Amino acid sequence: MRTGQIAKTAAFCACALLSFSSVSAATAAAPIKIGAIFGVTGPAAYLGAPEEKTARMVVDDINRNGGILGRPVQLVIKDSGANAEKAISFAKQLIEEEGVVAIIGPTTSGESMSIKDLCQKAGMPLISCASAETITSPIAKYVFKVPPKDNYIVEWLYATMNKMKISKIGVIASNTGFGNGGKAQLEKYASKYGITIAISEVYDANATDLSALLTKVNAAGVQAVVNWSIEPAQSIVAKNMRQLKMGQQLFQSHGFANIKYVEAAGEAAEGIIFPCARLIVAGQLPDSNPQKKLLVKYNADYKAMYKEDASTFGGHAYDALNILKAAIESAKSTDADKIVAAIESIRNFSGTGGVFNFSNADHNGLEMDGIVMVTVKNGKFVPYEGN
Amino acid sequence: MRSELFVQYLISGLIYGSIYAAIAIGFNIIYNATGIINFAQGEFAMLGGMIASSLAPSMPLAVAVAVAVALTAAAGIAIERVFLRRVARGGVLKMIVMTIGLSIVIREAALLAWGESIRTLPFFSGNEVSSVSFLGAHFSPQIFWVAGAIALISAGLSLFFKFTLVGKAMRGCAASRDGASLCGIRPDGMVTLAFGMSAGIGAMAGCVVAPLTQTHYAIGSELAIKGFTVAAFGGLGNSVAAVVAGLFMGMLESFSIILIPEAYKDVVTILVLLAVLFLKPSGLFGSRTAGALKEY
Amino acid sequence: MRRYFPVVALVLFAFALPPLAAATKTAFLLTQATMSAYYALASLGLCALMGYAGQISLGQAGFFAIGGYASSFISTRNLDLLASTPFVRLLDLAGLLVRGTDSYGAPLLSPSPWVSCLCAVLLAAGVAALIGTPVLRLKGHYLAMATLGFGIVIEKIVRGTKALGGADGISGVPAFTILPGLEVTGGRSARSANFTIAWLVLALGYLFLVNLFGSRSGRALRALHDGAEAADAMGVDTARYKLKVFILGAVYAAVAGILLTHYNGSIGPGEANAMKSVRYVAIVAIGGMDNLGGTLVAGLALNFLSLRGVFGSLDDGVFGAVLVFVILLAPEGRLDLFRGKARRTISGGASRGAQS
Repeated sequence: MRTGQIAKTAAFCACALLSFSSVSAATAAAPIKIGAIFGVTGPAAYLGAPEEKTARMVVDDINRNGGILGRPVQLVIKDSGANAEKAISFAKQLIEEEGVVAIIGPTTSGESMSIKDLCQKAGMPLISCASAETITSPIAKYVFKVPPKDNYIVEWLYATMNKMKISKIGVIASNTGFGNGGKAQLEKYASKYGITIAISEVYDANATDLSALLTKVNAAGVQAVVNWSIEPAQSIVAKNMRQLKMGQQLFQSHGFANIKYVEAAGEAAEGIIFPCARLIVAGQLPDSNPQKKLLVKYNADYKAMYKEDASTFGGHAYDALNILKAAIESAKSTDADKIVAAIESIRNFSGTGGVFNFSNADHNGLEMDGIVMVTVKNGKFVPYEGN
Repeated sequence: MRSELFVQYLISGLIYGSIYAAIAIGFNIIYNATGIINFAQGEFAMLGGMIASSLAPSMPLAVAVAVAVALTAAAGIAIERVFLRRVARGGVLKMIVMTIGLSIVIREAALLAWGESIRTLPFFSGNEVSSVSFLGAHFSPQIFWVAGAIALISAGLSLFFKFTLVGKAMRGCAASRDGASLCGIRPDGMVTLAFGMSAGIGAMAGCVVAPLTQTHYAIGSELAIKGFTVAAFGGLGNSVAAVVAGLFMGMLESFSIILIPEAYKDVVTILVLLAVLFLKPSGLFGSRTAGALKEY
Repeated sequence: MRRYFPVVALVLFAFALPPLAAATKTAFLLTQATMSAYYALASLGLCALMGYAGQISLGQAGFFAIGGYASSFISTRNLDLLASTPFVRLLDLAGLLVRGTDSYGAPLLSPSPWVSCLCAVLLAAGVAALIGTPVLRLKGHYLAMATLGFGIVIEKIVRGTKALGGADGISGVPAFTILPGLEVTGGRSARSANFTIAWLVLALGYLFLVNLFGSRSGRALRALHDGAEAADAMGVDTARYKLKVFILGAVYAAVAGILLTHYNGSIGPGEANAMKSVRYVAIVAIGGMDNLGGTLVAGLALNFLSLRGVFGSLDDGVFGAVLVFVILLAPEGRLDLFRGKARRTISGGASRGAQS
């Protein structure tokens, strides 16, 4: 046998053994460890990157104010790149190795579903930042989610259309979980609001030009176009419609709640209407609104720290962490069952997504009133007053 | 179908097609000089757009674009000299894998440098909502810039390869490295030039479409695949064919959505590519014998 | 005999590491080690194709996904509503169905994972046979692009088809009972057993390939790699061999996909992604192209580190950088990182045309 090969293999064995033995058992005596799985890079980066930034910001803030129960918080963030198998591997790592008290995230529904069972069986509280119905239905004792239900968003949109006397629309969505989920809800609730969907199409998430598709939509004689995606395609749709001289009203999903898309679309963004959480128009809310104070602070802190505007998706991480903090404080313990019971008894909790009211039958906690209709005026987000 | 609808689909097809043709031309230049497919070609387009978008706020747009093109061309030359030249003797498989690796590294470096958000360039003329009408169809005036850029590049390249000494030298190298060096041409120098030109042209293409398509650290791979499809479709190495093939592919994609959901339009492209590769690997306009003579 | 050393090592580790891990309280590392083994298996299949048959494939992730999706789709079908039909009763009698309850508490009657595994492997082999014939006539970058195109089509299909879970993929994939009491599943209690299963499967896969390439067919394959025309001249049926190795590589990827999916309990469209195919290619290239042992080590090590999040957000970047670095180290010859030095191939300097 060649000495070189023996040596190389011996080295490999040594490394393997070392890596097994040098990992010491987690000494979580003082800090409270919270795990987070976000898709910071990859196809869900538009959601995951703000979530990660927000999480860091919130934890810094908590630690500056004395931590939770007098103990500092240690956030362990893993970037899954929206890959389900990484989410599974990291979830197991967080549970078995890091010994976290709870997991925030993941960013996407697919990942959340792939770790739902695993967290449930391990008795690990999971507060997901993804919106699929199946995450909390059927209810798993340890699994929660903070984004509002997709159908609330859609129903707000349709209610607005009713007021605008729009009844025939064209729907286009990106070929992603977000897009297809929204499209399904749009189709499901159309008849309830007397809306006819004349044409409903899915486009590739990486599409760089949608003029051909929009031509087809225009030819169907619609009064309005609804676009459901979180990708840059949102800005492209806006520009294409104006370039094609299509005069129909453009509605977008809550994915448009990011000023960067408005900037990218420039003048074409004017007049777009979309439903989303109050975060992006926080400054324009009446002072009596229970969410206003925390939303304004969140916006200001985020902008100061990261030099960019906050997004409603980052807000999910904000809500998840603050709900967890409230639960641990009210339970005066980091025991999983106590945390879960504490979350379930949370009432009237103001977050970025709305006012949360959990129970053992409702692991999402939000109602329709967390959402407002927003439009773009002079390149800024303003509440849509219906005029 | 109403005539305006037809023209509208046609124009959309032209938009897609010009973008693909621009990338394909870059592929062809390098293929002609080295016989390899540069998987990192799409990244040059990405770099052009990203660099220009970073520079645009602080200088006139034309200068920003020019600097972006120059910097990307320099990057292309650097990549060739540092990485590819040393792998050249190792065979085509190694070079292909090397360019794949490089495309990943460039993309991740762009992510580090610019983050994950999208960037745009200002429209060269007019703005986001400007619209021009033609035969009942409407489109952005940026199309003229894209079409103009492609036309200029193809015409320029044709003249370059046909009439200038350097161009002829490059063609000589493509046909036979050893023969060329016997004539006193430095093949290595030609390859470096090819990479520089290809990178610069890719960057130009990236800049000229960026106002329409927006740019983002990850757009390189999609563009590369589309660009290669078009290049192979037209016949690897033939830039004029690439333009024709690009426009054809663009039309195909545009008109295909009448029948198939838009989400599958990429599948159409790939199936066309696979059909071409299986039935006529030398491409629509390539000749079988020329294709067989070339190493790959 | 030296060739079998990795097999022995794998079997030894398969049985020795779990108790060692338990003793050093590092048992959680077994999870990533198990997952890495399956990715390494897929890489071995690609090594056979790339290194020995000299064919580049950027579609390995496509076959991995076909295996995983087919198995998860079939094993999650609930035939309960059709329980009274003769066909389903027949399947039940044959012992091919499994009973359970779904997450809502309703009765679940689905094909057993053995059935789904078999179907998935046959499907992957079938697809490989179908596309292999035309695809393998192409050379070099045309082949690279055709296989890349194949991979992309598979990804678009699984991502776009609602029945396959769309962008969310398929979850709730049941455990795969190999023998009574021995299951491929992600449950914590089964962690050690699953590690052993995975590494034994990997050892088996390695053994098969090492025997294959040591045999007469194997030498024929090596001849393919170094000079297809010469091989043809010697009477070797190159086309048939290339196809066989292509199918073999696809089956390896599919088996890896099936087992990993049952281990994870779910699969998503990300597994079919082009970037994953590139990673498999990178691993084979880093291992030394035709070096099974090198591919094994690279596959295990890089995937293990990646799954533990050691590379953080720069995961892809690390693969790309290592790939570039490794090829730079041996630009002209085969990089035998795991044999101690870079070697020029026999045909390296003399004729570039013989290289592939």
